[in-house]
Amino acid sequence: MKAVGVLALQGAFREHVLMFRRCGAAATEVRLPGELEEVSGLVIPGGESTTMTKLMVEYGFPDRIRAFLNAGNPIFGTCAGAIVLSGHLGGKKQDFLNLIDLDIERNAYGRQVESRETEIAINALGSPAFHAVFIRAPIIRTVGREVEPLADYEDTVVFARQGKVLVATFHPELTDDPRIHRYFLRMIEGAI
Amino acid sequence: MEKFGTFPVKSGLAEMLKGGVIMDVTCPEHARIAEDAGAVAVMALERVPADIRAQGGVARMTDPEIIEKIMDAVTIPVMAKVRIGHFVEAQILESLGIDFVDESEVLTPADEKFHIYKWNFKVPFVCGATDLGEALRRIGEGAAMIRTKGEAGTGNVVEAVRHMRAICDGISRLSSLPEEELMTESKNLGAPYELVRRVAAEKKLPVVNFSAGGIATPADAALMMQLGAEGVFVGSGIFKSENPAKRAHAIVQAVTHYRNPEILAKVSKALGEAMAGLEISEIEKGGLLQFRGN
Repeated sequence: MKAVGVLALQGAFREHVLMFRRCGAAATEVRLPGELEEVSGLVIPGGESTTMTKLMVEYGFPDRIRAFLNAGNPIFGTCAGAIVLSGHLGGKKQDFLNLIDLDIERNAYGRQVESRETEIAINALGSPAFHAVFIRAPIIRTVGREVEPLADYEDTVVFARQGKVLVATFHPELTDDPRIHRYFLRMIEGAI
Repeated sequence: MEKFGTFPVKSGLAEMLKGGVIMDVTCPEHARIAEDAGAVAVMALERVPADIRAQGGVARMTDPEIIEKIMDAVTIPVMAKVRIGHFVEAQILESLGIDFVDESEVLTPADEKFHIYKWNFKVPFVCGATDLGEALRRIGEGAAMIRTKGEAGTGNVVEAVRHMRAICDGISRLSSLPEEELMTESKNLGAPYELVRRVAAEKKLPVVNFSAGGIATPADAALMMQLGAEGVFVGSGIFKSENPAKRAHAIVQAVTHYRNPEILAKVSKALGEAMAGLEISEIEKGGLLQFRGN
């Protein structure tokens, strides 16, 4: 299997790379679209979505990422990554990647003092509950019919999947729990 | 049960800023220029460091009205500075809902002996450091992020380089020492023993480490990244230059592609005049900001 790619334009890409390596998988940083050819699966990490969006457009990522998904490669977005993958942002159509049918709102819990950690139940992972770290996190306001909710918190979906696209509004890469990264690795293998 | 303001939540925000540029701004218009250029956060100030240096007098926390206007103008995180040891300025900023507090040597220190006890706050703090011992003392007090002090307002990167090298040399030295030497090293560094042990084992600081103090060009920013910085603060370097929007965006790209000389060459072209800059030896010893608080 090729290495898992982690988009390394800005944000917490290093933590994702380390987590995959802990799971025994090869992982590598992706900074230019051509590097997508060397990887199977792509993580779009947490960071500032405005910064990441700008750099993705400037270096020609959007079409290449769409083609990458169409070729059967899964994509996993955490926090800012979930924002850039969503079809709607704050109630308005987001003409960007539009790879998962969600309406998502940025910084929706409030400013940094509202950032929090908590436990959430994820059936697909079994017990124990997953320790979720939310940092200036977005909230998913509407979930499309094709989207499978995988976990919720305070009555909103925080972890979801549509085909080969997986999103989390929290940060599994900031914990010691590799279960969500293993789940994504199984998506890459085609096992789930 | 939710927990707010925990250390993982505070240091986690710093993790999200990595690979990014934090820009000093003094008004909502500049904040929007910074956000459009791709800044990951802005530092809300009344005067940029170059003006503080030029005008002299006591530099204090920025007027909350200016800070709030900047907070309203952008969606990216907003930081603001407090004087070293001035915990009431920090309480005020926390009540405004600021995202990060910089306990900064750029402002006139309020306490010559003690820094703020940062564990008491829900808002995360970033602090400057000139070497590993200073960085670990600040982390021991609760800082969730470290930056080099450099020499703010000079447009001269030499002090930031010195401080980044000192921190990295300190880390590699610690990680090469046998266990029995770590307690004495902790005494020599003036740093908490538990943090010394942790750095020795992990070969990195326990929090994110940015560079600040004198960065004026895309090449400066990439230099600091190659030396080990995880992101950069640019103070006077942007809005004291001829074309702030273009320079800001060039520095953003330089921090992402810091190991790619072709991209660095491309983004460095036709940026207009950089800020004039100051030779460090021409500054009177009392005028150096980096010696405030250690």
